[in-house]
Amino acid sequence: MMPELGKYAVSVMSAYGVTVVLLVGIVAQSLWRAARVRRALEAQEQRTGAHNG
Amino acid sequence: MIALLLRDLRLAVRAGGGFGLSLAFFLIVTVLVPFGVGPEGGTLARIAPGILWVGALLACLLSLDRIYALDFEDGSLDLLATAPIPMEAVVSVKALAHWLTTGLPLVLAAPVFGVLLHLPGPAYFWLVISLAVGTPALSVLGAFGAALTVGLKRGGLLLSLLVLPLYVPTLIFGAELIARGSAGGATATPLLMLAGITAATVALVPFAAAAAIRVNLR
Amino acid sequence: MSIWEYANPKKFMQTSAWALPWFTGLAAITLVTGLVWGFFFTPEAANFGTTVKIIYIHVPSAMMAINIWVMMLVTSLIWLIRRHHVSALAAKAAAPVGLVMTLIALFTGAIWGQPMWGTWWEWDPRLTSFLILGLFYLGYIALWQAIDNPDTAADLTGVLCLVGSVFALLSRYAVNFWNQGLHQGASLSVDKQENVSDVYWYPLLFCIAGFILLFIVLVLVRTRTEVRSRRLKALEARERLA
Repeated sequence: MMPELGKYAVSVMSAYGVTVVLLVGIVAQSLWRAARVRRALEAQEQRTGAHNG
Repeated sequence: MIALLLRDLRLAVRAGGGFGLSLAFFLIVTVLVPFGVGPEGGTLARIAPGILWVGALLACLLSLDRIYALDFEDGSLDLLATAPIPMEAVVSVKALAHWLTTGLPLVLAAPVFGVLLHLPGPAYFWLVISLAVGTPALSVLGAFGAALTVGLKRGGLLLSLLVLPLYVPTLIFGAELIARGSAGGATATPLLMLAGITAATVALVPFAAAAAIRVNLR
Repeated sequence: MSIWEYANPKKFMQTSAWALPWFTGLAAITLVTGLVWGFFFTPEAANFGTTVKIIYIHVPSAMMAINIWVMMLVTSLIWLIRRHHVSALAAKAAAPVGLVMTLIALFTGAIWGQPMWGTWWEWDPRLTSFLILGLFYLGYIALWQAIDNPDTAADLTGVLCLVGSVFALLSRYAVNFWNQGLHQGASLSVDKQENVSDVYWYPLLFCIAGFILLFIVLVLVRTRTEVRSRRLKALEARERLA
């Protein structure tokens, strides 16, 4: 299934590798922070008993 | 406004104001480069315009946070904000004072430092011209960067990060002007671009800087 | 029904919660299709060899790096003129994504440049202006993080974004003047469609669409996070006062 990349295999693979790492990194960071802030906000709303507004 | 200018100049010249410090820093940079690069005259002469421009730029950067810092701390910036002159004028005057105390000395000292770097003969003229035309833009852009960071406790490093990218066009055209001038090439394009950047910066950036100061004083 | 309704944080949260799964699905489908198609099912190019496959990440990320800055410019202007908080927060949310796109474009460019031009880095106008764009992103993000008061931060970063846009553009031309480039203008530029043959063009379209959708998803997620974080701070402040 792997395409024949010839002598540029390292270049192509590392380009895709760097991209995947960076994209996964920013996605993971976004999701992680989103989850953390959401949990904190929920906890805070429980404590203060604040209704939306 | 003239009173404000004179006051800023006096404060800068007085001990601790930093006048001369940036000049000394410029000297140090110029002296350090041959140690790093090696003493061959040919190499030094080739990179001299770039070194002198980068050195002037860094020396200018060094003194930027002083533009408003003292006035912000003792509250005179708040007084200036309520004074009957517009904030844009205050910013312009302060940038002018900064230029007179750092930019102008750098322009005058650059030829002397050029000797240390074996700057070729015809380049001296263009060195002075390009610095004289370019450094006002550095001061005004610096006044903008300092306005953004005026309320911050440790704004110095952030200030450099914000201001340095803004200096790129000035640096490119300034160094290019010297390189072309000393090689006897066509100098009109970089000179006009450099002058255009400076003119536009001096005319427009004070508005942005004044807006930033108003936000910071809110 | 006007677009300004979404400036209301509550309305924005409702709508984005509804839209997010759709955009996520679309982004995943187009991105995977484009990348798989580009990586596995495209032929070698005569002059590039298999390195042509890098185009599927290099070009979309480079486009996004610029487009995201434009988006930040627009949202900053909306904030400065109409004072809609969601707009400022969207600009804040977009900046790190833009920085990542710039990094991807730079890295893939360097990796591509090595076999093609025989050098990792060349002070080529496009490379150089991307580096400068990256510096602008860094400064913008750093300014957001340095200032505590969120409204002050939004104002100052907005002003910085305006001034930065002008100087980023200016740098682009200055750099052009300073050094002639290695980038061949036409075959890499996407608007000159005729220079890239269809075999490469269609998967590239998918990749570009995928990157745009991915950016929308990320900005929605991150803006929602920022809105929540603002509300959290407000609640905490209220608790301290009570």
